[in-house]
Amino acid sequence: MHWQIDLFILTLIIICALGAIHVRDLLSTAILFGAYSFLMCLLWAIMGAVDVAFTEASVGAGVSAVFFVAAVFRTTRRTKD
Amino acid sequence: MKYFGLLVVVLCGGLLLYATQDFPAWGDPSSPASTHLSPHYIKHAVEETGVPNLVTAVLADYRGYDTMFETIVVFSAGLACFLLLRSFGLRRRGLYYRHIPTGVILHFKRPRSIPDYTGEFELMDTLWVPYDLIIKTICRILIPFIQLFALYVVAHGDFSPGGGFQGGVIFGASLILLSISFNLRSAMDKVSEKLLAILGAFGVTVYAGIGLACMLLGGRFLDYSKLAAVLPVDPVHARALGMLGVEIGVGMTVMAVMAIIYVNIASEGQHDEGL
Repeated sequence: MHWQIDLFILTLIIICALGAIHVRDLLSTAILFGAYSFLMCLLWAIMGAVDVAFTEASVGAGVSAVFFVAAVFRTTRRTKD
Repeated sequence: MKYFGLLVVVLCGGLLLYATQDFPAWGDPSSPASTHLSPHYIKHAVEETGVPNLVTAVLADYRGYDTMFETIVVFSAGLACFLLLRSFGLRRRGLYYRHIPTGVILHFKRPRSIPDYTGEFELMDTLWVPYDLIIKTICRILIPFIQLFALYVVAHGDFSPGGGFQGGVIFGASLILLSISFNLRSAMDKVSEKLLAILGAFGVTVYAGIGLACMLLGGRFLDYSKLAAVLPVDPVHARALGMLGVEIGVGMTVMAVMAIIYVNIASEGQHDEGL
């Protein structure tokens, strides 16, 4: 059962990463990046690195997503490329 | 140019994937890290430091230099954000005042000419939306518990997962939640910019100060066991207490820096209105 969960989360991580690159709306990119961080946090927790998972959940999924949203709010929502 | 970038990424990624083949397998007991270093920590960390959480023991004691300079990096990030984004004076947007009983909105283009109508008038953001009662009430209830949990995470980092970084980030997130659910000004009334700057610098000072105190007491830098000379405990517990002090310093710096970065980004350095 263990490797199936791993595989499922890793697939979702790759989907989130590709989505964050390809989506043109930067707000969606910020949200996808938060989801990516949260899935990484799950992966750390499965590997038993609870401290790292805790840091990833608070810094990656929590605060940095807010920073991205704030930056999008003050700049532009559409990418040029 | 796009395809050149793709080529570089694919090449670098392939090289990194190729390099991981030389790594020992995950959890391999015969890998170099598991034969020399880890057994010492696992066997002796509790009796040497009195801290059950090995991660904290390694992070704050055995590799105290690492964590100290990580804290300084975080502090520098906040400082850089402040220096790049903070703008004094030069209010571009003008001021909007709302007359609370009637809902009439006044727009002042030159902010100097405002009489003080406190009470009936309220300063409002350019992108003002009526406050949502549910969001405000839920956040008002939630924020004290988030802050209490942050303090628990800092104080309990010795025994369970957590520590200064996580606790500081959670505390900073509670301030960010306050400024999102109410507005930026009401958050800045609670914690002024000066207080945040002082806390950020003070946290680093606490960390380096504990290290220097160990030196003054005749040990090496960050050798917490020497603190037993001034604390009423034995050297093993002095190491645990030293780690706690260091974690508190880290927590203060991280909390202040998170708030500084958010406020400066969300208000373009004007500190008047945000997300």
